[in-house]
Amino acid sequence: MVEMNLNRRQFLKLSGATAATLAVVELGFNEKKAYAKTKEFKIAKATVTPTICCYCGVGCGILVHTKNNTVVYTEGDPDSPINEGKLCSKGTTLRQLYTSEKRLTKPLYRAPGSNKWEEKDWEWMLDTIAKRTKETRDNSFVEVENGVTVNKTEKIASLGGAALDNEETYLLSKLMRGLGITYLEHQARI
Amino acid sequence: MTNHWNDLQHTDCALIIGANPAENHPISFRWLTKAKENGGKIVSVDPRFTRTSSQADVYAALRSGTDIPFVGGMINYAIENNLIHKEYVAKYTNAAFIVKEGYDFKDGLFSGYDEAKRAYDKTKWGIETTEDGKPVKDETLEHPRSVFQLMKKHYSRYDVKTVTTVTGTPEEDYLKVCKTFCETGKVGKAGTILYAMGTTQHTVGSQNVRIYAILQLLLGNIGLPGGGINAMRGESNVQGSTDFGLLFDNLTGYLGAPKASVPEHATLKGYLEKETPKTGYWSNKPKFVVSLLKSWYGANATKDNEFGYQFLPKGNKNYSHMNLFNAMSKGELDGAFLFGTNPIVGGPNAGKEKEALGNLKWMVAIDLWETETSAFWQKEAGSDPSKINTEVFLLPASSSFEKEGSISNSSRWMQYRWKAIDSRGEARPDLDIIHEFALKLKKLYANSPKSADKPFLALDWNYGNGEEPDIDLVAKEINGYDLKTGKLIANFGALLDDGTTSCGNWIYSGFYPEEGKNKSKNRDNKDTGGEHYLNWSYAWPMNRRILYNRASADASGQPWSKEKAVIWWDAAQKKWVGKDVPDFKAVTAPTEPGGTGAFMMNKDGVALLFAPTLNDGPFPEHYEPYESPIPNAFSAQEMNPATVIFEENFNKRGFKVDYPIVATTYRVSEHWQSGTMTRNQEWLSELAGHMFIEMSEELAKEIGIKNKDKVIVSSARGEIKAYAMVTKRYKPFTVRGKKVHQIGMPWHFGFKGFATGDTANRLTPHIGDANTMIPEYKAFLCNVRRAD
Repeated sequence: MVEMNLNRRQFLKLSGATAATLAVVELGFNEKKAYAKTKEFKIAKATVTPTICCYCGVGCGILVHTKNNTVVYTEGDPDSPINEGKLCSKGTTLRQLYTSEKRLTKPLYRAPGSNKWEEKDWEWMLDTIAKRTKETRDNSFVEVENGVTVNKTEKIASLGGAALDNEETYLLSKLMRGLGITYLEHQARI
Repeated sequence: MTNHWNDLQHTDCALIIGANPAENHPISFRWLTKAKENGGKIVSVDPRFTRTSSQADVYAALRSGTDIPFVGGMINYAIENNLIHKEYVAKYTNAAFIVKEGYDFKDGLFSGYDEAKRAYDKTKWGIETTEDGKPVKDETLEHPRSVFQLMKKHYSRYDVKTVTTVTGTPEEDYLKVCKTFCETGKVGKAGTILYAMGTTQHTVGSQNVRIYAILQLLLGNIGLPGGGINAMRGESNVQGSTDFGLLFDNLTGYLGAPKASVPEHATLKGYLEKETPKTGYWSNKPKFVVSLLKSWYGANATKDNEFGYQFLPKGNKNYSHMNLFNAMSKGELDGAFLFGTNPIVGGPNAGKEKEALGNLKWMVAIDLWETETSAFWQKEAGSDPSKINTEVFLLPASSSFEKEGSISNSSRWMQYRWKAIDSRGEARPDLDIIHEFALKLKKLYANSPKSADKPFLALDWNYGNGEEPDIDLVAKEINGYDLKTGKLIANFGALLDDGTTSCGNWIYSGFYPEEGKNKSKNRDNKDTGGEHYLNWSYAWPMNRRILYNRASADASGQPWSKEKAVIWWDAAQKKWVGKDVPDFKAVTAPTEPGGTGAFMMNKDGVALLFAPTLNDGPFPEHYEPYESPIPNAFSAQEMNPATVIFEENFNKRGFKVDYPIVATTYRVSEHWQSGTMTRNQEWLSELAGHMFIEMSEELAKEIGIKNKDKVIVSSARGEIKAYAMVTKRYKPFTVRGKKVHQIGMPWHFGFKGFATGDTANRLTPHIGDANTMIPEYKAFLCNVRRAD
């Protein structure tokens, strides 16, 4: 997946039980170290994937430990020259972005005048959104203004994107301008 | 940032103003702590004694909205005490340029002001040129109309007494700041300025940044390790999303969007002629524009159709956040997409923005959570659902480690994130959502003969055959191709304006120069010298880690000092060498034409102390905020004369008679922006669970409030409830002889999530900076009373 510089500590974590056995021999009976070791067992055999923190603009490296299709642990990436394994309170709790009961897990739709959400499937949602977009665009599209070709719609806005990946912002910028949208704004100002 | 996080350890003095990195960019503080261990000093300037202030060698309080007097006074101090780096200033800035007759400044107004339009005629701020168009200079800096002398005169009005009576800073503290920071004007020393939204979110936000940059140039601090002007970004990829043009007025890579309001923009030829300077690096602009058009319109971009230029939308006004919501409140918008954004908590005058959403016919929100904005129609939001006819589509998005892709931090480092796990539930990556949505639209529009549909049909959209796009194809499109060979382009230096190259974002070109070599994935953390880690990730442009590093060497190409050497001219090898990638043409000798042009993006190769391009004047000048407790001491102009003012019903203005207290907003470590990402998590919600306002012991006593009392804060826009947090961190200011109180409050709270509370932004105004239209969140007037 990705080449990482494995130091001894990470090697122990990644190689799981076998390494842990060796480690116990190596550690002898130091109680503190043994306690630290038992904590590591929780993440033994977990897959470790490097990511970058999703919050501020510092760009700290984080390692995400996953096992049995869930996130079991996250920690600062010791290889990142920026944070060298350290994290703040938000970076430390990254795991809860996955585990929080508040996560949206299904597309939701609210009809005009309704007081509730309805669950809908992706296909219906994207089809309907595409229809609405086309209808609004077609009703409002201006090809020429004062003799100048302008190819725009001023009836649709696109906001946000400062938390998206670069590749996503690129496609979003391309698509929205491709549709002729001029109200294009993200969070640089707010 | 001109420099980068690790580089902070090299600073001799960090001036932190309009920012609180110890709480909002916590890990950055490791490098500031390291700087202290290395003997460097930290200066914190903030209305409130923050956690950053607690780590500082020098702290000075200033009233919100007075950065220009504060730093203007430092400029005056540096010039008066002969602390500037004169040779650097003469060679690398426009200090020596002669300003044309006609430029003037009187009682707060520069020449060329049109009161009815609230705008300047900038041609009145011209530079004298020779017959061949080159600027006339006086490198002795003595000419009375030289930029240097005009600047000196302008800031001579910013004497210590006048400044401190306006900012409210104790004189002794102010002088300590001046002395400590201006020490970095010495050769061999470098100072950095770190700032964030406390600087920019003002009606004079752009000029606040400008005045920091002017001070840094006078002290010779730009281009050096431990130096620079460093904006600390608050969102993980607000750098990247700006670079990639998610703003109405920029395509990608800071190429201006064509405008219907500029007659020359009617054709590609006219646009390029109008927007391309004859000298400086931007003279290459046509190559970047045509290559971008080739990336967007592919085979449909040909020489005969202006490479598809006419497919691009041409706007005729400012479409930024406040204008967008103003239009929405008037019912001018039918539909809106919201990608991970929550304006009814994060937007200014948020109550008005919430009302405006109800005028939409449809709204699409793509998010990890049900946000306050996507739930604006609910009873909880104070709405009557039966009266709101907006159709709302809420799509579940993947979190950052449930997908792969790159983000760019404040240091411009483009770092890759790998996918750790499949998305939660039915959530999908934004890339997939955007892609599938585009394909569905392509289908709906397929074979349409209408001319209006041509631009969209011409959009090149080829990212593999699956429903999921191939992200590698997107990455390569961004880097660009040599279309003759089909190979990836080495970097933007190889781009052409004849349609034979493509490039989705020229400033990033070079991050993916060969198949299999996406450099944002680089993870070699060995120090390559100077703690620049050139093999860790990729920094745009061209992997340069310190921008303007040519200025770390003198005109002859030798470092100003050994301690602060970055790059230097190696006469034997006939090239620039050193610890960083030169931010300069590597083979241009110092003696060649342009060999001292350290600021090569500017047409004359120098930095602009005098900037005739800004809307509100060539020099930063102090104006009071839109809502101020005190008349302007510097001129008869109360507020920025070039700021756009919305009509009253969209933006009620408060005055000190009703609202005598200055207020500002800020953030806490445990929450992030509008709080959706953090108030929906258990631990962070528990750590910081309540909306509060912070006030001084003196104010609390005056109005009979005790710590933890419930209070009501009101402004001309609305009222909120909060707990009072009474601390020693705020002190009343003495401003022009009068006592002025200031309070502060976090803007993270709303009615969804585990931790809920009233939204601070219901109080903030719809007024913005004269150049960027960034809202003035950081200085407004309010009142406080007990809740019961």
